[in-house]
Amino acid sequence: MTTPRNIDGQDGYQVSFQKENESLLISLKGEFGLKNLTAFTREIRQAVSGHAIPTLTIDFSQVKYLDSAAALAFVQMEQEAASRKTNCHLANLSEEARGIFSVIHPDVLTRRPFKPEHTGEGVVQQIGQASLSIGRDFVNFITFIGDLLSALAYTVTHPATLRGKDVLFYVQRAGVDGLPIVILIGALMGLIMAFMSYLQFKQFGANIYVPTLVSFAMIKELGPIMTAILVAGRSGSAFAAEIGTMQVNEEVDALETMGFDPVRFLAVPKVLAAVIVVPILTVYADVSGILGGLIIGVTTLDLTFKTYISQSIKTIQVFDVVTSLIKAAVFAGLISAIGCQRGFQVRAGAQDVGKFTTSAVVAAIFLIVLTDSIFAVMLYYVKRYSVFA
Amino acid sequence: MTEPSEKKTVLSVKNLTQRFDDNIVFEDVSFDVYQGEVLVIVGGSGCGKSTLLKIMIGLQKPYAGQVLYQGTDITRASDEALNEYRKNIGVLFQSGALFSSMSIKENIALPLQEYTDLDADTIDRVIRMKLGMVNLAGYENHNPSELSGGMKKRAGIARAMALDPRVLFLDELSAGLDPITAVELDDLIIKTNEALGTTMVIVTHELESIYKIAHRVLMLDKEARGMIAEGRPLELKENATDPRVRSFFLRQLPENQDEQRFYAD
Ligand SMILES: Nc1ncnc2c1ncn2[C@@H]1O[C@H](COP(=O)(O)OP(=O)(O)OP(=O)(O)O)[C@@H](O)[C@H]1O
Ligand SMILES: [Mg+2]
Repeated sequence: MTTPRNIDGQDGYQVSFQKENESLLISLKGEFGLKNLTAFTREIRQAVSGHAIPTLTIDFSQVKYLDSAAALAFVQMEQEAASRKTNCHLANLSEEARGIFSVIHPDVLTRRPFKPEHTGEGVVQQIGQASLSIGRDFVNFITFIGDLLSALAYTVTHPATLRGKDVLFYVQRAGVDGLPIVILIGALMGLIMAFMSYLQFKQFGANIYVPTLVSFAMIKELGPIMTAILVAGRSGSAFAAEIGTMQVNEEVDALETMGFDPVRFLAVPKVLAAVIVVPILTVYADVSGILGGLIIGVTTLDLTFKTYISQSIKTIQVFDVVTSLIKAAVFAGLISAIGCQRGFQVRAGAQDVGKFTTSAVVAAIFLIVLTDSIFAVMLYYVKRYSVFA
Repeated sequence: MTEPSEKKTVLSVKNLTQRFDDNIVFEDVSFDVYQGEVLVIVGGSGCGKSTLLKIMIGLQKPYAGQVLYQGTDITRASDEALNEYRKNIGVLFQSGALFSSMSIKENIALPLQEYTDLDADTIDRVIRMKLGMVNLAGYENHNPSELSGGMKKRAGIARAMALDPRVLFLDELSAGLDPITAVELDDLIIKTNEALGTTMVIVTHELESIYKIAHRVLMLDKEARGMIAEGRPLELKENATDPRVRSFFLRQLPENQDEQRFYAD
């Protein structure tokens, strides 16, 4: 082994076997490393197996290159030989080769890991853990809402502590930047709804009710829900990813040690911005939905512009508009709260950020649908027993 | 520490210049890296040490100049040639850069699974050996987030050493570590260099560890926009005339108690 690290050499090797009555001499020649490890160990194993050889000598005198993985393989051969009561001997090791063998400690090869390998759980255990984690999630979320409300209350009583620039930034991000997609989707939904209802209504000659249906559905349900889902996908996820990444970089810890309340500092501006912006987006969605329906109304239904609009306005009640905006604001609060909360749940690593960002969107959509059902029932009774009836 | 017996060039940096828009980081830097040596790069913050390292590992293209490995210029090499080169080098990033979604074992297994034909059992044994080398035996199923800063560095070294690279690059070796851990890391570097003959290019600021581990030191300077000194650490300490080099190497710990701070009571 004159040049241990022969960079210009190729990874060629040669193993020759020489049998002498009771002993086997294996002569190694060339380079032994990761590249040919599988090949040369197989070759040597084949030659050694099957015979009872009392003495085995491996001669390293013509080895030009040896890496630690190859050395490890020879250590393993030595151990296997010992278990077969064969006397194995590594001969003519050069200084460099000795160095490489010196880093291999046989005891670490068999040491038990401090932690067992992570294996998947059984189905029953998974179901159990999932139910537990849903419960924990719920408690976590309620706790967070508590923190958030108290932070909001503090902000209301100490308005100077509100970071207005942050609020404006998120108003722009969640609102202004989201406007085109909200308008586009709203218009398309109005258009499709008008067209589909036209196909049904024309059988009864009830075309005149198409604008009624479109504006009623847009304002009462589809406008707020669709906007909320878009905001959950665009901004809820962004909030979670932003806070999650800060969590990974210990930025949240830094805030806390500097005496800031992370919820007040990070979550309040986002929640406020969302609550301001989502009702406005909802109005845009409603209007563009009605205008989308109008396109069908004028081109396909033979309604005039004027009839369509007046028919729509006749349908729209102030009560519905107001409750729809309240609903939108509640959705906004929930979406942004869950986004921030999931962000704070991130503990370590990039994978956590992805996991909680996804979970923020899924949980937000679930909450939107849930609260919408609650609203539907609630509004029914409010309307029945109130002056609006 | 033993000297590498013959000086055989592994990497050759020729007239390297790097600039970002108008900001010239360094100009016309040339030096060789010899086989089996530990080369330490020092210099003040922002002088371009990390930039130099990034160019040498093929992560960044220089503005001008070459980095030669076995006759090929890796700064202009094809993707295939660059990949071949990267199998021959190992890199330890400042934070360890362990993949947080994988256990330590999976981190080290990654290059072995990708670049060799070893079976799972052999890979497992190689991983145990590498962890033993860096004194982390038994931690194979831990996640990176469950290790301390020094342990992450050592696990990062184990991963960088997975394929027995010819050259190992280490950025900010002992930054952010306590003195005892830093000394342990120095010992690990020396042991690896001596036992396996691995060539190492290291960025560090610890003067003590430079004296201990470096065969050769290379000093960069921000104002000079390039290399201002090169040589063996003790030689530089004794013979340097450049005031910047002198002040770096003559930093000393207080020896007598008069220089230490006491509470005024
Ligand atoms: N991607 C980049 N774009 C623009 N400028 C850069 C970029 N990377 C580095 N620089 C500039 O190059 C110079 C050298 O940076 P580099 O990170 O190499 O310094 P360093 O010597 O490693 O410093 P430190 O000891 O603080 O890590 C700095 O002035 C930095 O602003
Ligand atoms: Mg740096």
